[in-house]
Amino acid sequence: MRRLALALLLLGATAEARESSFALMSPETQAMQREDSANPGMLWVEEGRALWDSAGCAGCHGDVAGMRGVAARYPAFDAAPIDLAGRIAQCQEARQHRTPFPRESEEALALAAVIGLQSRGIPVNPPDDPRLAPALARGEALYRERRGQLDLSCAQCHDANAGRHLAGSPIPEAHPTGYPLYRLEWQGMGSLQRRLRNCMTGVRSEPYAYGAPEYVAIELFLMRRAAGMAVETPAVRP
Amino acid sequence: MARVLINLPRTARRGEVIEIRTLIQHVMETGYRPRADGSVAPRDIITHFACLYNNEEVFAAELAPAIAANPFLSFSLVAAESGILAFTWTGDNGFEQTETRSLTVT
Repeated sequence: MRRLALALLLLGATAEARESSFALMSPETQAMQREDSANPGMLWVEEGRALWDSAGCAGCHGDVAGMRGVAARYPAFDAAPIDLAGRIAQCQEARQHRTPFPRESEEALALAAVIGLQSRGIPVNPPDDPRLAPALARGEALYRERRGQLDLSCAQCHDANAGRHLAGSPIPEAHPTGYPLYRLEWQGMGSLQRRLRNCMTGVRSEPYAYGAPEYVAIELFLMRRAAGMAVETPAVRP
Repeated sequence: MARVLINLPRTARRGEVIEIRTLIQHVMETGYRPRADGSVAPRDIITHFACLYNNEEVFAAELAPAIAANPFLSFSLVAAESGILAFTWTGDNGFEQTETRSLTVT
C-alpha cells in the first residue's frame, strides 16, 4: 500500500512536469483532435475497424473493444523487443500465415489506429520486463547520441530546449502518446517511426529502415519516459 | 470507396438549425507537385460537393487544388421535415460518391 502511494506520488510528481505536445497546438488543431467527427485520424480508425473483421483479427480476438489497454503496453518483449506494429505483423505472419501489411501501409496504420483508439485515455504503461533492459538502455543511448551533419542528439532539442522554438515551431517534449497520428504536414496518417525518420533527416543523418530494432529501442525509452501519460491515439499534430 | 464520416443529429425539432459535419478520405493531389522522378503528379481532387435534402439542394461547394487532403466541410440547415439527406462528392478521374442519412423531424 505504502509502495503504491509512493509510486502514485512519484507518478504525480513526474506527470506534472511533463506535457503532451497537444498543449502546444493551436486551439483549432486541438479542437480537431478532440472532435471525433473532425479528426481525420478517425477515417483510418474506421478503415481499421473494417479490416479487423475482413483481415480475420476478430476470429481470435473477438470485438476490437477487447484490445482495451493493449496499445498502452507496447513495446513489449517476445523473443525480441517488439512494437505494436511489429506485433500486428507478427500475428499475421505466424498465426494467419499471410504476408503482413507492410510497415507504414494504409492498412497497417489503420489497424494500429483502431487498436490504439481502444486505449485512448489510458495511462501509458510499458511492461516492467527485465528482458527489455538492454533495449531500453540502447534506446536511451540513441536518444542522447549526437548524430548527423548538424551533430544534434534528440535530447538536445527535446530535453534541453523543449518548450522553446525551432524556426517558429514549438519544440515538444517528445512523448509519443498519440501514434499513429494524423499530421497536417503529411496530409495523412503516420507512425512514430515515420516521425523519428523526419527528425533524423532533419538533423541530416541517415535514418534507419522501417522496422529497425533501433526504432523499437527509442520507442521503448520514450514510452518509459512517458509512462503515466494518457494515450491520445489517433492524435492530430500540425 | 473512400471512407466518409458524417456527423448530424438523428432527430431534430421542426425549425431547429442543425449542424452537419462531413469528412471524406481523399488525397486532393494538387497537380503541381513533382514526384520523385521529376514528373508532375496529375491533379486528382474533389471538385464539387452537394447536399440534397429530400432531393432539394440545400448546400453545395466548389473545391479547389489548394484544399487539404481529406476535406472537412461543415454547414447548417433548418430541419423542416423528416427525410433523407444525400451527400455527393464528385471529382477528377470520375470520382463520385454518395452517402445518405435519414433525419427525423418532430
